[in-house]
Amino acid sequence: MYNEKVLENFRNPQNVGEIPDADGVGTVGNASCGDIMQIFLKIENGIVVDAKFKTFGCGAAVATSSMATQMIIGKPIEEVEKVTNRAVVEALEGLPPQKIHCSVLAEEAIKKALEDYRSKKAAE
Amino acid sequence: MIYLDHAATTYTDEAVLKEMLPYYSEVYGNASSLHAEGRKATAAVDQSRERVARALGCKKNEVYFTSGGTESDNWAIRGVAYAKKEKGKHIITSKIEHHAVLHTVEQLEKEGFSVTYLDVDEYGTVSPESVAAAIRPDTVLVTVMAANNEVGTLQPIKEIAQICKERGVLMHTDAVQAIGAVPINVQELGVDLLSLSGHKFYGPKGIGVLYVRSGVRLQRFMLGGAQERSMRGGTSNTPGIVGLGFAIEKAVNEMEENNAHVTALRDRFIAAVTERIPYCRLNGHPQSRLPNNANFSFQYVEGESILLSLDFEDICVSSGSACTSGSLEPSHVLLAMGMPEELAHGSIRFTFGKRNTVADVDKTVDVLQNALQRLRAMSPLFPG
Repeated sequence: MYNEKVLENFRNPQNVGEIPDADGVGTVGNASCGDIMQIFLKIENGIVVDAKFKTFGCGAAVATSSMATQMIIGKPIEEVEKVTNRAVVEALEGLPPQKIHCSVLAEEAIKKALEDYRSKKAAE
Repeated sequence: MIYLDHAATTYTDEAVLKEMLPYYSEVYGNASSLHAEGRKATAAVDQSRERVARALGCKKNEVYFTSGGTESDNWAIRGVAYAKKEKGKHIITSKIEHHAVLHTVEQLEKEGFSVTYLDVDEYGTVSPESVAAAIRPDTVLVTVMAANNEVGTLQPIKEIAQICKERGVLMHTDAVQAIGAVPINVQELGVDLLSLSGHKFYGPKGIGVLYVRSGVRLQRFMLGGAQERSMRGGTSNTPGIVGLGFAIEKAVNEMEENNAHVTALRDRFIAAVTERIPYCRLNGHPQSRLPNNANFSFQYVEGESILLSLDFEDICVSSGSACTSGSLEPSHVLLAMGMPEELAHGSIRFTFGKRNTVADVDKTVDVLQNALQRLRAMSPLFPG
């Protein structure tokens, strides 16, 4: 059901963990649906210098979290904002149809983390 | 490879396979043919029917061969429903049945039948009292499984059948998981119809049986030739039938020995998991359960990711029901038992078999412990 790239990202996920002094945190999903994704961002001079995640979910949820964080590290916010679930799926070389929603969660988690970053900044 | 998914399917026992092989290319006649080759196949089918009848404690002419448990369930339920529709259109079942039963009664609901879905307790047991309370004047059939495929809980079939008999309602049981694991005698149980499947007791896949007590009127299901006393058309699957007959006899004869083996492994596993892995709970009835079944919920993690982690180490298990994989819904059985969705998502079924060893159990517990540590460290829900 999963391709090698997805399995590899599940087996050796990149960027697992938390950033204690994160500039933005986004949490999406809920446990009753079987997926919670939390993304932490460290942002310096408008660039995502670090991203980490914590995920409760299936193999695809972990793999998309791993891939999504890899895709945004080192990118300016404007580009990170444009990362779509489709791009994450493509980077993973495909996901089974019933698992596409995991990639949507990844996109939403990133957007939410950026929102959090902006509201924190506005409050400063 | 460590295979701990015997509730999904078993390997075909070597002795069973040996019995079957001649019926592919040596004795390949059609059991319906009149010539000598056909008669040889007929004799083999007949002998197998005899074996099944002996194993179940019924008469030969009460045994119908089908393509498996799903067909048997479909046939039993629809066969009774259509044959009895003038008498009534109400069917009683439970919330923890296999989809072969649930989807069949759901279809009947669309056709104008009404269905009562009985609740279960926290262990997944259907109470006979709830059956008695649900029977109405228009009830024609009660269908409750003998043993649950996910959590292994054994159901009080004898008590339910007794109530059905007193109230003049037919009783069907899906005994697919129970054959070879608990004694099943249709006379003692008092059921009118019973489904079983060859590949759950070291027999072949694609072959099953529906037991129909003589005198029970049943509508035909598979239309075609005059096979199975004109009740089920289709060329007899001679190798499959031979394999099933041999396998059920072997399963019944070796039940005590097999149960002792798998129960010892299962109990060792349950004890080790409970001791070494925090935040877990055993699902199903603590005592009244299938001898080879252990079903655990692991808090803060999702079942598929546990399954994949074990799969990387060549350990085969199942998350909930194998039939549910690919769907996003947590197990309907665990939800019916009152488990919160979050916990139901983190449930894994381990079912032991004849070839499993103590080393398999110990390795699995080690791998499971590591996998859970890794996944929980990754989980935003884990308190640490």
